[in-house]
Amino acid sequence: MNQQASPSLSLSNPHPKGVNWQQKAALALFGIGLLILLFAWLGGQVWNPFQALLLALGLISGSAWWYARAEYGGKPAGIKNNAVMFRSLSNRGLWGWIAGVMISGFYICLYWYPETMKGLIEMFEAPSRALRGQAADQWFVYGSFYTLAVLLMGAKFIWKYRHNRYQVIRTVSVMFFQLIFSFLIPAFMQLMHQPEFYFTYFWPLKSEYLFPDKISYLTQKYTHLGVFLVFWGAVMSFIAVPVLTYFFGKRWYCSWVCGCGALAETAGDPFRTLSDKSLRAWRIERWLIHSVLVFIVLTTLLAWLNSWQQGAILGDLSQGFSKTYGFLIGSIFSGVIGTGFYPILGSRGWCRFGCPQAAILGIFQKYFSRFRITVNGGQCISCGNCSTYCEMGIDVKAYAQRGQDVVRASCVGCGICSAVCPRGVLRLENGADDVRERAQYARAFHIGEDGVKLNDH
Amino acid sequence: MHIVIIGNGIAGTNAARFIRKWSDYRITMISDETLHPFSRTALMYCYMGHVRQRDTQLYEAHFWAKNRIERLLDRVEQVDTTSKTLLLRQSGALHYDKLIIATGSTPNRPDWPGQELKGVQGLYHLQDLEGMEQLSQGLQHAVVVGGGLIGIEMAEMFLSRNIPVSMLVREHSYWGNVLPGPESAMINRHIIEHGIDLRLGTQLKAIEGDKQGRVHSVLTQNDKRIACQFVGLTTGVSPNINFLRRSGIELNKGVLVDEQLRSSAPDVFAIGDCAELRRPASGRRPIEAVWYTGRMMGQTVAATICGQETMYKPGIWFNSAKFFDIEYQVYGSVPAINPAGISSLYWEHPDGKKSIRINYESESLAVTGFNLMGIRYRHEVCEKWILEGRSIEAVLQQLSLANFDPEFYPKHEQELVSLYNRLEQRNVQLQTRRSLTMVQCYLKSKV
Repeated sequence: MNQQASPSLSLSNPHPKGVNWQQKAALALFGIGLLILLFAWLGGQVWNPFQALLLALGLISGSAWWYARAEYGGKPAGIKNNAVMFRSLSNRGLWGWIAGVMISGFYICLYWYPETMKGLIEMFEAPSRALRGQAADQWFVYGSFYTLAVLLMGAKFIWKYRHNRYQVIRTVSVMFFQLIFSFLIPAFMQLMHQPEFYFTYFWPLKSEYLFPDKISYLTQKYTHLGVFLVFWGAVMSFIAVPVLTYFFGKRWYCSWVCGCGALAETAGDPFRTLSDKSLRAWRIERWLIHSVLVFIVLTTLLAWLNSWQQGAILGDLSQGFSKTYGFLIGSIFSGVIGTGFYPILGSRGWCRFGCPQAAILGIFQKYFSRFRITVNGGQCISCGNCSTYCEMGIDVKAYAQRGQDVVRASCVGCGICSAVCPRGVLRLENGADDVRERAQYARAFHIGEDGVKLNDH
Repeated sequence: MHIVIIGNGIAGTNAARFIRKWSDYRITMISDETLHPFSRTALMYCYMGHVRQRDTQLYEAHFWAKNRIERLLDRVEQVDTTSKTLLLRQSGALHYDKLIIATGSTPNRPDWPGQELKGVQGLYHLQDLEGMEQLSQGLQHAVVVGGGLIGIEMAEMFLSRNIPVSMLVREHSYWGNVLPGPESAMINRHIIEHGIDLRLGTQLKAIEGDKQGRVHSVLTQNDKRIACQFVGLTTGVSPNINFLRRSGIELNKGVLVDEQLRSSAPDVFAIGDCAELRRPASGRRPIEAVWYTGRMMGQTVAATICGQETMYKPGIWFNSAKFFDIEYQVYGSVPAINPAGISSLYWEHPDGKKSIRINYESESLAVTGFNLMGIRYRHEVCEKWILEGRSIEAVLQQLSLANFDPEFYPKHEQELVSLYNRLEQRNVQLQTRRSLTMVQCYLKSKV
């Protein structure tokens, strides 16, 4: 088998049963919807921008629903991972690379060449006026697409995991927070001539919420509400994060609330197998994510020092840090690479290697949290499904096969390892009384690591 | 000291791993299947495209060098127990100080006419998977013979590629010699729900081929013909010990071993599927070809070899499987038909895809086994209840401790307690709520 070229690089899938005719038709309609958007983006004249937008989004939504129906409808509920490893898009095949380049390209235009998106932005003029009371811009376009992707692919995900109540509730949660807190409320606040504020993002992910200039802007321009918003951000960063993480692990945020997580858990689901499970990747992960955390802490401290000194000495340095962080981390890492490379690095590249919020949550989760994944005695058969489907690249199997609880800083608690396990071996838990010894070897006696005890070795 | 292990399945690999953990002996593992130990039970998921071959490997590649475990891709032709030498097909003679035989099984091939045709095979080795992969190209219909764990796996595999499957099951219900009636009936329904042509009470008479020697149909005992281009033979496995016939090691169906897993020859041990215990623990079979016993035997033999004589004590029986979408777990003794003196409390969900069975002694009420379909129970808790001989009523009071289903799943403990109260005219109350802390308290308490 190994001598053959990877089937995923072939345009015609050698496992033709992977995709049926309904799905092909749905993909075609999806493509037409995308083409309409692309046409407008490239400056093509559409008869009526808003009607064209409705048609495009209607085609995209309808075809996504049809695709999911053809994939999961009419079949008994259960794990639906057939042919995942044969599909070009989800297996770093030709379509995967094409998708990766397209999405990265979209981010590059969005960040640095928004003027190219004029036609596309025009399509969103009417909804932007209605929702925010102001002209559309590239960020409104981006937010709309983002939210639509979370809702559509979230619905598909719920269909796929309809037998698993944890997955259904968790997905409804990320869809809810994305739609209400990351899309509608910020828009509504603008409509009411208030600041565009995201209640579900806080320092250090939304680092400016604790920067001195943002704080003075909010408190001076919006007085009472501004003070509340600053207070809210500080409470979330310094009180909610440690307290909620102690009780539930970082999952309360990363796979239930966060918008980045929302996209990863829905649109990113087909790419979860692409995360690198090797020890080497784990090592890179620890260096990289903590470096980003140090970077943002330094940037924030410098900003405050600079503000305290009235910009006398550190003005340029602080500015430089802030700009570099925004360019390298905010734009390139979280956007172009983090999302653009879904089909290459998997859906959690940013969350795993870059997100400073995840770094803080992870430190709490590892050293001071009730959360862990427990292993069911000796039932593991080392099949590898858990590790394969871990979006964070955790080699869950390495723990499960020796009966050891999984306590890892990076685990976002999505629960997919537990869902795909064919022997019912893994369970997400918030246990109270042994926070210090969670990571120790199995409680199972003759079946665990220390079942047979020898001295002196 | 040179330890040589023939076979790198879970038994052999676990033996190697623990010998390294506890000693500095030289370790060599020989296999003619692959250099990379993998999970045999996951072969189906490779075919179905759930995982890649490398995802099923037991350890990352660097593990072997780091732990100084030498691996040989070769086949052992002969074992000379007097000179302690193996004869390998490629690399010639190899001396051992201690030998562990962990060669696993081969699929049974009863004497069916036509079983040598191209397109007829079992599913055990990596090479069988590759065979299935090749034969799947253009396959119109597959027939699977056997109503056990591998048979249903094979059916699921073909179904994942939309290849129609007929399943011939000799018994009158799927896995009817192991599963109690209602559970077996549940799986029958589930197999049919998935669109498999399930033929119960049907035996294979002959396999028929064309002039090129390829299978084109099977004939059943009642003279029904099914056209097919693939026949899967999944009627059990037998120890893979043919290469030992002239070694002088005492054999029966498998390599006969004592409680320390020693064979009749000095410094020769046997573990896993190929080992046959001379005196199995009560209620256990002399050969248990399952993943878990192989793993435990590997660990046990490692301890003995590293100087701590250790008896093989598999403890309370457990096993698990997944039948399409329905997970199955068993703890303790749950036979197809209860012997006299054993009662069952059986609850089934109205959707017919979940059930819980608790067996207990009718007199003493001590629990003896748990059978779960579509429900996960915590291994250690069930095991301890059985070890302690807890009464069914005490178990029912604490039943939530065993619940291992994911969060937010519907809980069925109360339904089980109510059912018991109704049937037995009792008034047992569900007491404990599910919590990890309570589970740990219970598990840490002395028996």
